[in-house]
Amino acid sequence: MHTLMQCLQRLRVLGVILMLAVLTAGLVSTAQAADPDQELNQAVGTINADTWREVKNGENFIDTRHDSTYSLINTSGETWRQIRNDWISPGGLIALGSMLAILVIFYLIVGRNDLDAERTGRKLLRWTALERAMHWTVATLFIVLALTGLNLLYGKFLFRHAFGDAFWANLVSLTKLTHNYVGPVFGILLLLMLAKWLTVNLPKKHDWQWFKQGGGMVGKKHPDAGFANGGEKAWYWILASVGLLVIVSGFVLDFPLFGQTRDNMQWANMFHAVTSLILMAVALGHIYIGTLGTEGALEGMTTGYVDETWAKQHHNLWYEEVKDSAGQPEQQNPPVDDDTATANRPN
Amino acid sequence: MAQMKFLCDAERCIECNGCVTACKNANETEWGIQRRRVVTLDDGQPSEVSISVACMHCDDAPCMAVCPTDCFYKTDDGIVLHDKDICIGCGYCLYACPFGAPQFPKQNAFGERGKMDKCTFCAGGPAETKEEEYEKYGANRIAEGKLPLCAEMCSTKALLAGDAQTISDIFRQRVVYRGHKDGGWSSVDKAQASAPDVSANLDNMAYDATRAEK
Ligand code: HEM
Ligand code: SF4
Ligand code: SF4
Repeated sequence: MHTLMQCLQRLRVLGVILMLAVLTAGLVSTAQAADPDQELNQAVGTINADTWREVKNGENFIDTRHDSTYSLINTSGETWRQIRNDWISPGGLIALGSMLAILVIFYLIVGRNDLDAERTGRKLLRWTALERAMHWTVATLFIVLALTGLNLLYGKFLFRHAFGDAFWANLVSLTKLTHNYVGPVFGILLLLMLAKWLTVNLPKKHDWQWFKQGGGMVGKKHPDAGFANGGEKAWYWILASVGLLVIVSGFVLDFPLFGQTRDNMQWANMFHAVTSLILMAVALGHIYIGTLGTEGALEGMTTGYVDETWAKQHHNLWYEEVKDSAGQPEQQNPPVDDDTATANRPN
Repeated sequence: MAQMKFLCDAERCIECNGCVTACKNANETEWGIQRRRVVTLDDGQPSEVSISVACMHCDDAPCMAVCPTDCFYKTDDGIVLHDKDICIGCGYCLYACPFGAPQFPKQNAFGERGKMDKCTFCAGGPAETKEEEYEKYGANRIAEGKLPLCAEMCSTKALLAGDAQTISDIFRQRVVYRGHKDGGWSSVDKAQASAPDVSANLDNMAYDATRAEK
């Protein structure tokens, strides 16, 4: 029995060897036939335009990295680098720098927009406590995001050399952490603020006139303005458009969880950087007008109340609506926050 | 000064992934990080071709140029290294890199990626002690006078590592043996070349390793 099994085993082995021999002979004979076309088709070789396309776009392609979707050569990376480093980065400095220069020159030449008449001392409620809280929170977060964002774009040219590696490492990691966590909070609050102030910012015919008169700088008579004047509405709509782009692109960068490709991230980065730099430049103008540029504007957003004279001068249509609710001069404290500001807001 | 480079001879690469394994072993990279990869185009088709890629230690490296923390530096040997203590894991280097070399241990909400990791040409990185260096960056074979392990272990010597001059000389010799005017990533034009020509060229390519110098 035992020997029979062994015999069979040997036969089987022999059979396999024979089969291999036949196969090899077959292979050898085809190779010897030297059919060039066939050889051409079997060998590595044909590198043509299609191959180079595959190198770039990752088609007909396998990659041994476990979840890689990367093509062999990412050709857009260098383009992105050039656009970001050679155009956006200097462009941002130029934009912010010229805005600052314009404001300084404007202040030196034109100076503050003073009240035309004496204050009457009668106060009008302009911004409710909720609105002020909203404004200052969004403003603070905006400045935090602007400073951290600028540090990501320009910080390396300054701080590393000035303060050394250890300081820079801490600063820049804090910067990224802050920017990436504060960003979404800012995004949500900005959307809420835009929703709250939508109705008073709807464009009206008289806003056009306001712009034609340069907000009161051209011509004698102050142009008409409701609760928000043309300039404020412009700032609102810049936030509602460019600001929205900042939020959306920031979201794409901040949550790389939806299969974003490298190209998507490059686009998001360029959009984010350009739009946020525009926003920063315009915000400088907004901050100037709200503080140094206009007498009596800042107190509205800090205390919530504005003087009757200021209201008449800058927001005459609104003033006409709400003047009856103004607090009397002899009152020690301004009138209570009774929602008059929200109740009477012709725009 | 030597300028260290990798060069992968696609005619020779047999997609064995030995380099990938050697790298993983030499550097003991984190779970999920694979510094080297083998890319195969047209898998299973007559035009199939494979090439091993990792960081190519670019002369004018896009990763260095876009990094917001400026944590990259180039060694005297032209090796591109980075400082993980300064890296914030923003991912910019990956967006810019032509070869998909930078990798991150994770990819979470709020851009939490951890520290970037990439091929160091087996040259380690900045650290106080050897242990710390190994922990953070992997092997420093260059300091020991050795070349990257991936290239050392390549069975067909498709993957070459070393001074740019030296490895391009080796590659140039192979191309000469192959007898094809641009035998590396050659464009064999089926329509134009005569069939025997093409056949002879391909034949040469296949045997370049064993042919004696003329
Ligand atoms: C919804 C709000 C925002 C989110 C979610 C967000 C998110 C991000 C993210 C994820 C990055 C990449 C940084 C990194 O991961 O290291 C970034 C960069 C940046 N952000 Fe924001 N951001 C927001 C708002 C803002 C605002 C309001 C500004 C300016 C006022 C701003 C200015 C910048 C700048 C300048 C950069 C650097 C761009 C570069 O280096 O090319 N961001 N942002
Ligand atoms: S990481 Fe990419 S861009 Fe940087 S040196 Fe390596 S291959 Fe070049
Ligand atoms: S991930 Fe790290 S190394 Fe890459 S660009 Fe960002 S900070 Fe620089």
